[in-house]
Amino acid sequence: MASSPSPFTLSFSSSVSSTSLLPCRRSFILPIPRGRATSFTVQSKIREIFMPALSSTMTEGKIVSWIKSEGETLSKGESVVVVESDKADMDVETFYDGILAAIVVPDGETAPVGAPIALLAETEEEVAEAKAKAAKSSQSQSSAPPPQPANPAPAISQPSPPPPPPPSAAASDGPKKTVATPQAKKLAKQHKVDLASLTGTGPFGRITPADVETAAGIAPSKSSPAPAAPAPASSAPPKAAAAGAVKPKGVTMTAILAKAAAMALVQHPVVNASCKDGKNFAYNSNINIAVAVAINGGLITPVLQDADKLDLYLLSQKWKELVNKARGKQLQPNEYNSGTFTLSNLGMFGVDRFDAILPPGQGAIMAVGASKPTVEADATGFFKVKNKMLVNVTADHRIIYGADLAAFLQTFSKIIENPDSLTL
Amino acid sequence: MQSTLSLSFSPSSSAAAVSRSNTTRFSLNTSTPLNLRFCGLRPQALAFNASGNHRSSQLPSRPRSQAISAALSANGSPPKSFDYDLLIIGAGVGGHGAALHAVEKGLKTAIVEGDVVGGTCVNRGCVPSKALLAVAGRMRELQNDHHLKSLGLQVSAAGYDRQGVADHAINLASKIRNNLTNSMKALGVDILTGFGKILGPQKVQIGSSDKIVTAKDIIIATGSVPFVPKGIEVDGKTVITSDHALKLEFVPDWIAIVGSGYIGLEFSDVYTALGSEVTFVEALDQLMPGFDPEIGKLAQRVLINPRNIDYHTGVFASKITPARDGKPVTIELIDAKTKEPKDTLEVDAALIATGRAPFTQGLGLENIDVVTQRGFVPVDERMRVIDSNGKLVPHLFCIGDANGKMMLAHAASAQGISVVEQVTGRDHVLNHLSVPAACFTHPEISMVGLTEPQAREKGEKEGFEVSVAKTSFKANTKALAENEGEGLAKLIYRPDNGEILGVHIFGLHAADLIHEASNAIALGTRIQDIKLAVHAHPTLSEVLDELFKSAKVKAHASIPVSEPVAV
Repeated sequence: MASSPSPFTLSFSSSVSSTSLLPCRRSFILPIPRGRATSFTVQSKIREIFMPALSSTMTEGKIVSWIKSEGETLSKGESVVVVESDKADMDVETFYDGILAAIVVPDGETAPVGAPIALLAETEEEVAEAKAKAAKSSQSQSSAPPPQPANPAPAISQPSPPPPPPPSAAASDGPKKTVATPQAKKLAKQHKVDLASLTGTGPFGRITPADVETAAGIAPSKSSPAPAAPAPASSAPPKAAAAGAVKPKGVTMTAILAKAAAMALVQHPVVNASCKDGKNFAYNSNINIAVAVAINGGLITPVLQDADKLDLYLLSQKWKELVNKARGKQLQPNEYNSGTFTLSNLGMFGVDRFDAILPPGQGAIMAVGASKPTVEADATGFFKVKNKMLVNVTADHRIIYGADLAAFLQTFSKIIENPDSLTL
Repeated sequence: MQSTLSLSFSPSSSAAAVSRSNTTRFSLNTSTPLNLRFCGLRPQALAFNASGNHRSSQLPSRPRSQAISAALSANGSPPKSFDYDLLIIGAGVGGHGAALHAVEKGLKTAIVEGDVVGGTCVNRGCVPSKALLAVAGRMRELQNDHHLKSLGLQVSAAGYDRQGVADHAINLASKIRNNLTNSMKALGVDILTGFGKILGPQKVQIGSSDKIVTAKDIIIATGSVPFVPKGIEVDGKTVITSDHALKLEFVPDWIAIVGSGYIGLEFSDVYTALGSEVTFVEALDQLMPGFDPEIGKLAQRVLINPRNIDYHTGVFASKITPARDGKPVTIELIDAKTKEPKDTLEVDAALIATGRAPFTQGLGLENIDVVTQRGFVPVDERMRVIDSNGKLVPHLFCIGDANGKMMLAHAASAQGISVVEQVTGRDHVLNHLSVPAACFTHPEISMVGLTEPQAREKGEKEGFEVSVAKTSFKANTKALAENEGEGLAKLIYRPDNGEILGVHIFGLHAADLIHEASNAIALGTRIQDIKLAVHAHPTLSEVLDELFKSAKVKAHASIPVSEPVAV
């Protein structure tokens, strides 16, 4: 029924058959309500009125009543609808002049913040067009058990081609009834999923919220509290850095670099010192390597404490934990404030070399570039291709002089070039 | 404040003719000194035995040896001396409240209990449910990432241990039960174990037939049990009443709650906080029918809509079958008016919260010619029992859930206290409109007095105007500091004379805030007198301050300016 230009959409109202045979071809369709990008072209100047966020905590709102009805002219700033949020009933104004062409979400219905609730047309002629669009989008939205992600993952909500197999609790009752839990019903309404099209996977064949979320293409979220303490899930190591000197299985580049730096710092403690207030400097008793990590457009430096004391594998594990915590914004202050030496690795971005700027309170920062195959001439005059990684250290010259730094770097490079020393 | 002095001699039938509302006499045997009773003084002045021991608030010496002669008695063959002044059947909240007050007034009191001391409130009601609701409230807060984030907090996955939660409730119940028992024992109340049955006027049988006790006045305080409508099969595991639910033996994924009054509502709060989904089945056309409609609407918006709760209104659950043979609990719904079948629910569990039925079977009421009405014992406004001919049964009272006037724990003890006041010579009529009620959901709901429709109806009938003042918790600093601005307080009053007709609060700590209003109603305080009272800032009580200040009353303050106090 949906006549969108895409060749992939099928008539979804009967909910089923062909879609499950072509799971991978539907990956492009966006599940977001206003994602029918193809149907809103720039020329037609039909604007959407969105469900506004009336408070910072509001996630969805309910239309209490439409002040203006379809066909009425609106001027900018006029109140159009009364929306009930989690806090109060508020009048919502329109930002544009025009004619209220179509109401997408009627009185008493709920819509998520940001979803279109009505269409505004600029001129009379466009009103009809807008109406058609509204009808189409709501229809195709309600009848489309929306798209699965690219991998043909749980298509459990789609029964196979007709005849649909009876649900697992084939009870003796005559007509097949859709039993859905309250949360499932709410989610179905919100994401416009037709409950009758789903087969429940819950006990006795009931439709669970997870079924609805899967049908709507959202990763099912386990929002209810788990009775009994859950074990934290450990995910796969996030970094797969570019090849360094050697990369034993499971150990990341960061861990190798941190360990090597720590071992070198043991031999050159002055590089691990810091200048506290411009006058005194202190040797730090611990070697805490802070590693710069980019998350979500920001930067944080989780610290591997006593990096010289832990062995490489332990260090690697600790690092994984720290990154997870950083991503989950659960780092404790002492886990990012206590660094004595910073490591910044931009190798994975293909950067050859770069100069890092010293963070205040530390003695030195090491900038590591990408490891690239480079042509080298050896002592006998023969050429060889070797993996070369450029490492650059910036230090506080008030406390660390060039000679100290050079010595440190020599030690560091010896350690790195000799991988066995890392596992000591 | 009377200050009559009465001296009495034993045993004179002429003195017996004095009406009971002025004085009460305790006649003593001639061998002991006369008892002087000054009505205006504290009961401590009463001397009990020959040695003139003052019984202030300490333990009375036991046993009290003086026999107490009967006042007047008309029917049956009244015993000349009673075992006790006051016998209370039922050691629940009502009985306990009455017992404590009776001892304070100097009555020799006994309390009869056939099951556990504490009754419903302590063992199967208020106490365990508040323990579970406390857990639910915390759980809800910890899971509300949005809310915590707005305060700058974050909490990683909160979880619970079902047995630990259940144990909290059970331990609390047993602690309170022990406290109750000990408080009565310490004050010298005799706790008689066994089912009480009234054999005749002022005569009660305890347990097996050889134990018979006589008392001058008897109070029936036997309470109530959960009411299960017919067609519903309760198995205690998947189809349960509040008695079972409070043990929290399991947390179902999906539970249907039949009845959306305050019991059903509180349980929905507990279950949704622990991760269940809830479906309400309500016979009337709207949820929460007992509340003020405006509060009910707001409560629905906050307590039901955003949670995993849906509902069916205007339907009866005509048949509920527990889960067995691999089938879920099935509930057949019929239309409340037309009785046509409407739907069938298949859920994991069903909680029956359709109200409570009085527990008056086996009380022996037929021996004194009293007939119950739907199980409730008929009483007048002074809690005196009325027999089948419409006449008052002397020396017999009934308080609490058993009489059905106001089925709340504190109402039962207030009624008990009222009875003891009457029995010790002061007439007392409890003003039920001053008794507050609360529902301990999150946020809480509380009310005192009339709802708006009731007030308007009364206004129309009696010819006075009714006004309403409202204020939101969003205007309150403390509520906003806690980021709990969701709430409403409503004052219904008479603008002509400032009388408070009703106050309803929905919001944080509503159950505690209502007492300013209930006190005002109990003491007859008018708005114009209370509006200048100072409330600490910033506290939630300013919500009520706002309410009183925003009311528009035509009358002026009646109390004169008091003498200034040097600070």
